[in-house]
Amino acid sequence: MRVLYFAWLREKIGASSEELDLPPEVATVGALIDWLKARGPRHRDAFSGEGIVRCAVDHEFAGVEAPIGNAGEIAFFPPVTGG
Amino acid sequence: MPARSRSFRRSPAADLARIRVQEADFDAGAELSRLASPAAGGIASFIGIVRSDPAAARLVTALTLEHYPGMTEKALEKIAVTAAARWPLTGCTIIHRVGRLLPGQNIVFVAAASPHREAALQAAAFLIDWLKTAAPFWKHEDYADGGSAWLQPRAADEQAASAWRA
Repeated sequence: MRVLYFAWLREKIGASSEELDLPPEVATVGALIDWLKARGPRHRDAFSGEGIVRCAVDHEFAGVEAPIGNAGEIAFFPPVTGG
Repeated sequence: MPARSRSFRRSPAADLARIRVQEADFDAGAELSRLASPAAGGIASFIGIVRSDPAAARLVTALTLEHYPGMTEKALEKIAVTAAARWPLTGCTIIHRVGRLLPGQNIVFVAAASPHREAALQAAAFLIDWLKTAAPFWKHEDYADGGSAWLQPRAADEQAASAWRA
């Protein structure tokens, strides 16, 4: 599965994307965040502010309960500031 | 970041929307002219510009806009389709620039054309209010002191967008 990072999340993690093989029990956005936080200090730091990081599953905004089983692309990013 | 602009035409409502994400500047006058038609009694628009307030704690020297290619265009189209479902529009336009911009330069253009003034004005306000909270753009500021920072979201922007859901 392809995971993308944007803005300060990308800077903190040090990568704009990762190809990940997720274990089957990682079935929701929230479970993926927990799994990513266990990958190392950069991920843990990037996701440390609970509730700050936003997510999109296949280009649609998604909450922590959203399923990710069939997703092709998941993105994490800070709250948007365009306009 | 893609310099090329793209348009998506999937639904009848989306057909009347002109959506662009681009590094290049836009010509607001030409964009307004595109929306003119006998059915459009009025056209309302908003232009967002890079602000550098001399009285601010840190003077902004440049603004860099990052976005999520692929999702951005879909999110903008969804905003336009929502506006078209809510007001009787004869056309609407959303153009958002990305990349590095300087104070005084254009960031964003939205416009709505409708048979009636009130619908055009309301739809244009809706487009920019929703764009600020529902499209994946992020602003990064450079300062005169050599520092830089990602912009924090403003609570007022979320409130303005929420007001349209009431």
